[in-house]
Amino acid sequence: MSSNLDTLCSIGGAGKYVNYFKVDWRANRWNLTTVAGAIIGGFIAVQFLSDGSTIDLSKQTVEDLNILGFKNVGESILPSELYSWDAVLSLKGLSILIIAGFLVGFGTRYANGCTSGHAISGLSNLQLPSLIAVIGFFIGGLIMTHLIFPLLFSA
Amino acid sequence: MNYIKYLLVGIFFGIVLVKSEAVSWYRIFEMFKFQSFHMYGIIGSSVISGVLFVAFIKTRGINNLKGEKIKILPKEPGIVRYLLGGTIFGFGWALAGACPGPMYILVGTGIFSMLIVIAAALLGTLVYGLLKDKLPH
Repeated sequence: MSSNLDTLCSIGGAGKYVNYFKVDWRANRWNLTTVAGAIIGGFIAVQFLSDGSTIDLSKQTVEDLNILGFKNVGESILPSELYSWDAVLSLKGLSILIIAGFLVGFGTRYANGCTSGHAISGLSNLQLPSLIAVIGFFIGGLIMTHLIFPLLFSA
Repeated sequence: MNYIKYLLVGIFFGIVLVKSEAVSWYRIFEMFKFQSFHMYGIIGSSVISGVLFVAFIKTRGINNLKGEKIKILPKEPGIVRYLLGGTIFGFGWALAGACPGPMYILVGTGIFSMLIVIAAALLGTLVYGLLKDKLPH
């Protein structure tokens, strides 16, 4: 799923400045088509296939998030503490989303794949590099969740 | 019309990821806390079906829709880029609670603040392209 990020940079003209993006993006139109489909799929899923039920998280998860200052845990897909416009329009909230997105984009292209490319397709094809990448995903995710979240969020 | 298959795959992918709750920030947090089987069940079952399907393609020599043999290119060998890039990706995955697929799907569910994350991901991609030759791979 992350190759579309390269394609979008190429379309944006990044190939003029950076060789990495000097590719014929027309050959990669398929990945943008899949992205368009994913957006439509998300729309269909919430508009026509959802009954408004909440996310049935483990009790411990809800307690841990309450300690970090998250309220109404699981009542929406994403926490309003991070994704509501109130949160986004604060300096801290905006910084979190920008840093998070930057790390995802930089990391996925450096590792040459994301959750779908390495954890699912790569492991399905028994690729050692994908296993190494997935170990990396977990090193990063565990450090963020266990060590950095308590510094970032508090009740 | 050539592209309709990619569109359909994307739509299916989007619906499955919303209905399985894999697009939820909360589920990613829960996964990294090892507090539920939920995400491991999703990823694990997709890897199991993927392994079986890839093995089926390889042993039977299945053709794609154009009638060509399906070839799956192996990943380039290496350690540093996968471990380091993967770790950086993991930081962002846990913080945003979304990886590149869900980012787009979530825009479709009406969460437009995700566009900021997508814009930042594009910036990250651009910076990787700029630094590529200077980074260890």
